[in-house]
Amino acid sequence: MTWETVIGLEVHVQLLTKSKLFSGASISYGAEPNTQACAIDLGMPGVLPVLNKEAITMATKLGVSINATVNTRSVFARKNYFYPDLPKGYQISQYDLPIVSNGHLNIILENGEIKKIGITRAHLEEDAGKSLHEAMPNTSGIDLNRAGTPLLEIVSEPDMRSAKEAVAYLKTLHSLVKYLDICDGNLQEGSFRCDANVSVRKKGAEKFGTRAELKNINSFKFVEKAINIEVERQIEILESGGTVVQETRLYDSDKNETRSMRSKEDAHDYRYFPDPDLLPVVISDKFITDIKNNLPELPNQKQERFIKQYSLSEYEATILASSKEMANYFEETVKNADAKLSANLIIGELASYLNKNNLDISSSAISSTKLSGLVTRISDGTISKNIAKKVIEEMWNTGKSADEVIESQGLKQVSDSGEIIKVIEEIIKNNPSQVAEYRSGKDKLFGFFVGQVMKAMGGKANPAQLNELLKKYLAS
Amino acid sequence: MHTKSLRELSSDLHAKKISSVELTQHFLNRIEKFDKELNSFITVTPEHALASAKKADELLSKNNAGPLTGIPMAQKDIFCTLNIKTTCGSKILDNFIAPYNATVVEKCNQAGLIMLGKTNMDEFAMGASNESSYYGPVKNPWNLNCVPGGSSGGSAAAIAAGLTPIATGTDTGGSIRQPASMCNLTGLKPTYGCVSRFGMIAFASSLDQGGPMGRSAEDIALFMNVLAGFDEKDSTSVQREKEDYTKNLNNPIQKLKIGLPKEYFTQDLNTDIHKAIQEAIKIYQKLGAEFVEISLPHSPLAIPVYYTVAPAECSSNLSRYDGVRFGHRCENPKDLMDLYKRSRAEGFGPEVKRRILTGTYVLSAGYYDAYYLKAQKIRHLIRDDFMEAFKKVDMILGPTAPTTAFPLGSKTSDPVSMYLADIYTSAVNLAGLPGISLPVGFQHNLPIGMQLIGPHFKESLLLNAAHLFQQETNWHTKTPEGF
Amino acid sequence: MSVTKENIHHIANLARLNIDEARIPEYTENLNKLLDLISQMEKVDTQHITPMSHPLEGQHQRLRDDKITEKNQREDFQKIAPKVIEGLYIVPQVIE
Repeated sequence: MTWETVIGLEVHVQLLTKSKLFSGASISYGAEPNTQACAIDLGMPGVLPVLNKEAITMATKLGVSINATVNTRSVFARKNYFYPDLPKGYQISQYDLPIVSNGHLNIILENGEIKKIGITRAHLEEDAGKSLHEAMPNTSGIDLNRAGTPLLEIVSEPDMRSAKEAVAYLKTLHSLVKYLDICDGNLQEGSFRCDANVSVRKKGAEKFGTRAELKNINSFKFVEKAINIEVERQIEILESGGTVVQETRLYDSDKNETRSMRSKEDAHDYRYFPDPDLLPVVISDKFITDIKNNLPELPNQKQERFIKQYSLSEYEATILASSKEMANYFEETVKNADAKLSANLIIGELASYLNKNNLDISSSAISSTKLSGLVTRISDGTISKNIAKKVIEEMWNTGKSADEVIESQGLKQVSDSGEIIKVIEEIIKNNPSQVAEYRSGKDKLFGFFVGQVMKAMGGKANPAQLNELLKKYLAS
Repeated sequence: MHTKSLRELSSDLHAKKISSVELTQHFLNRIEKFDKELNSFITVTPEHALASAKKADELLSKNNAGPLTGIPMAQKDIFCTLNIKTTCGSKILDNFIAPYNATVVEKCNQAGLIMLGKTNMDEFAMGASNESSYYGPVKNPWNLNCVPGGSSGGSAAAIAAGLTPIATGTDTGGSIRQPASMCNLTGLKPTYGCVSRFGMIAFASSLDQGGPMGRSAEDIALFMNVLAGFDEKDSTSVQREKEDYTKNLNNPIQKLKIGLPKEYFTQDLNTDIHKAIQEAIKIYQKLGAEFVEISLPHSPLAIPVYYTVAPAECSSNLSRYDGVRFGHRCENPKDLMDLYKRSRAEGFGPEVKRRILTGTYVLSAGYYDAYYLKAQKIRHLIRDDFMEAFKKVDMILGPTAPTTAFPLGSKTSDPVSMYLADIYTSAVNLAGLPGISLPVGFQHNLPIGMQLIGPHFKESLLLNAAHLFQQETNWHTKTPEGF
Repeated sequence: MSVTKENIHHIANLARLNIDEARIPEYTENLNKLLDLISQMEKVDTQHITPMSHPLEGQHQRLRDDKITEKNQREDFQKIAPKVIEGLYIVPQVIE
C-alpha cells in the first residue's frame, strides 16, 4: 500500500522588538535568570498589560508580505492552563480574531517547480519562561526572562506532502522573516521554533489521518529527520492494523525517535475568552498601506532585480536571493568585481566550503572584500578560473587575500608569449608521433598538447593565449 | 474633629488651627480605641502615617500644599502599597508585600493624603457582607450584630465610626455602593476606565472599578479629583481631559429628568426602603427635577449575567496565585500538582473557591456558549436598555440594596441568597456606568441608601444631584452612637 | 443542566484546587443552585446579539512605544518568593 504524508507547520517567530509584548522589560537573550522579568512578566497581583506597538507593526509586515489579510480589528484572548513557566496561569494570545489571516508562501521544490503553501493565520502571543532542571535533584528552577517576549505564531495549511517540502517551506519563511527584519532567525536560541503536525493517509484518500504534533524541533535537519521518523512510525502502526493517537510528541535527536509527551495531554481545556485587560486592537488601512509601501526588498523582488541588473540566470538569482546574508554578500562582492564571475564562485566553490564546514555565509572564512579581490584577478587575467580554485582553497585555509596567495605560491598566470612558445617548442620536440598524428587530421589530440603545456607550466599559462599559440605552432 | 468635612479639615490645616500630625494622631487613637471591636482595618500603619503627616506639615507651613494635603484616609487592602503588606483579605496573600504602588495609592500620596492603614474586605472582593475575609468579619458601627456590607466593608465601617474621614473602595457588582448604603455613607462607583486599575488586585477585570467613599457628596467629589485620571499603565483607562468634580456641585437641577425604572419599584421592594425613596423623590421634585417612569427590561437578568461573567474572569485572574513566585505555598509539596492544588486550597477561602469553580465551569469546553457567551450577549442588551433610557432621562434613581444591613452569619450558609444583595447594583457594572449611593433614611436604626445612575462619565452630574439633596437633608450627617 | 460530583472533580482539577472529599456534595449543591439562577438567561433570544466583553464600546487598545522602561528588580521580587536558589524560582520537578 502507498501512503501519503500530510504536514502542516506552526512556526513561532520571536519578534525583534526591544521590549516585551506587554511590558517595558528587555527581551535580550542570555541575561542572568529573572533579571529581565518585571512585575508584569511575573504576573504580580494588580499589574496590567499594555501592548507594544512595534509587535503590531512587525505582524503587519509579515501579513502584507505573504499576501494575507491584515485584520483591522483583532482581539487578544486568554489561554488558561497551569505551568510553572507561565506566571499568570494564562497566556495572552489571539484566538478567533488573529491579526493576520489567509496568506500564502511560494516554495521551490527540488525539481524547480513552484508550490503555493497556504498560511491559515498568524497571531501574536506572549512567550513563556523556561524550566531548568539542573538546579537540584527532583526540582526545577524557573527563569522568567523569556516570559512575555513577543511571538508571532504562523500556522500553515496542511499543504506539505513530504519532509523535504516542509523544510523548503521553513527555509523560505525563515528567509522572509529575516528579510523583513522582524526576527533574528536564530534556531539554536529558539528565536524560530517549529512544531509539525504530521499525519499519513492512503494515497488518494480524501480524509486526513489522525495527526501527531511534533514539538519544538530546533534545526532544519531535525525537522526533516523528525518528520520522516514520525511518518515511518505512523505507517508501521497503520500497516499492523493499529490506530494513530492524536497527541503531542517530542523529537529526541540523540535517539532519532519521537516520544509521547503525556504531561502536556492532561486537561486540554484552555477556556479561551477575550482578555478583559486589553481592548480590541484596531489599526487603520493607512497604517497597513504605509507598511506595505515601505517594505524592504523581498526575496522574489531581489531575484528579479539580480537577473536584470547582473544578467544572472534564474537559478543563480534564486540561490543568491535565498537569504538576506547571501544576497548582501553577493552585492558587496560585485561592487568592485564582475557579477557573473562572482556569482559562479559564490554558488560553486564558496558554497561547497561553507557546506563542508556547516557554516552560514555570514561566518564565511573569506570576506566579500577578499572574494572580490579574487574575482578581479580572474577578470584581469592574472589567474585563470582553474587556478582560482587553488587560490580560494588557500584563502579559505589561511585567511590570506587573493594577491597574497597568488604572490606567495607563484600562481600568477603566464601571459608572456615568449615563455609559452618556449614550452610549446619543447613539447612538440618531445612528442613527434603525436604531432604527426595531429597534423594528419586527428584534431582530438589538441587537448593532449594543451594538457602537456599546462602541466609543464604548473597550470599558469593564460589559456586563451596558449590555445592561439599552440594552434599556430602545431600547424607549421 | 472626626466628623468634620474634608473642606473643614482642609481649612483648619491651611489655617494651622491643627497640624496634620495632630490630626493623624487623633484618628490613629480612634482606630486604637475602636477597631478591636470593629475589625475594619487589616493593617494599621502609624509610623508611615505620622512620617507622611510630618512631610505634609512642612508643605503646609511653606504654603505649598494642595487642597487635601495632610488629611488622613484609608486604603482598601486591595490596592498594592509599596513595602506595606497587601492581603486582599486572603490568606494566600497574607505574606505579600508589593514592590510597587497602585496608581491610586501613588495619586493619593502625591495629593498629600495620609494613609492610616489598609481596610478589611471580603476575600478578593468577593462578597456582600465582609464575612469572607480571612481576617474575620467587620462589624457595622450602626449595629455591632450586623454586617457593614461588602466587599468594601472595612472602608465603610471605618468611615462610619469616624476612624477615617474618607477611604477608597472598589466596586465590581456593588462593593462601594452597597456598604455605603448599609453604613450611611456616600459612595461613588465611577465609570469604568475613569480610575486606574493598575495595582488594584483584580477580581473581574471588565467590571472592577475603584472609587471614593466618604460622608458626603462634597467629600467624595474632592476625593474623586485625586483618584480619577488617565493612566498609561492601564490599557482600559480612558484618555480624557482632567475634570474638577467639585465644579458643578451647586448647579441647579431644575428640569433635570430622572428615570424611575419600573423593574426596581415592584412589590418585592422592601416597604421602608420604598418609603424612604419616595421621600427623597419629593425632595428632588421640590428642587425642580422631573420624574419619568422608564423600563430596563433586561434588568432582572443582571444577577444571572453578573454571576456568570464575574466568576469567569475571576477564575482566570486568580490563577496567578500558584505558590511559585509569591504568596502562600503549602509545606513539603510532593510534586508540582500537589504544590498547586494544596497551596491554592489552603490559601483561598470557601467563597473564592466557589467562584473559581463556577468560573472554570462556565468557560469550560461544552459550556462556554451556553453560559459565558450567552451572558456577554445579554450584557449587551442590559447596556442597550440603559442607553435607551438615557435618551429620555438624565439619570436613573432607585434603591441601592434590597435590604438594610443584615445580621452577621445570617446568609453565610446560603451563598446564592447573598448574591441577591447585588440586584440593583450589578447592572451598572455590566454597563460600565457611574453610580452613587447616598443616605436617605433609616429602618430600625439601620441606614437606607439610594442609588443614582448616570450615563458614562457623568459623575459630576451624580455628585451635583447628591450634593443638592444633602443640602436639603441631614441623613448623611447622622453618626452611629458610641463612636 | 445539572452538575455532578464528577464535574466538580473535573473543574477542580482544571482550576488546580484540592477539594475536601467531604465537601463535594456542598459544592455540587451550591453550583447547581447558582446554575439554576443563571439558567434564566436561556429565556432570552440572543441569536443576533453580539457579545460584549468590554463595558466601553468603541474604545480601542492603546499602543505603547517599543522602549525598555523596566530595570532589574530581581532582588525586590524574590524577597517575597517562597523558594529561590541562585535567582531561580524553585518548584518540584517539571516533567516534560
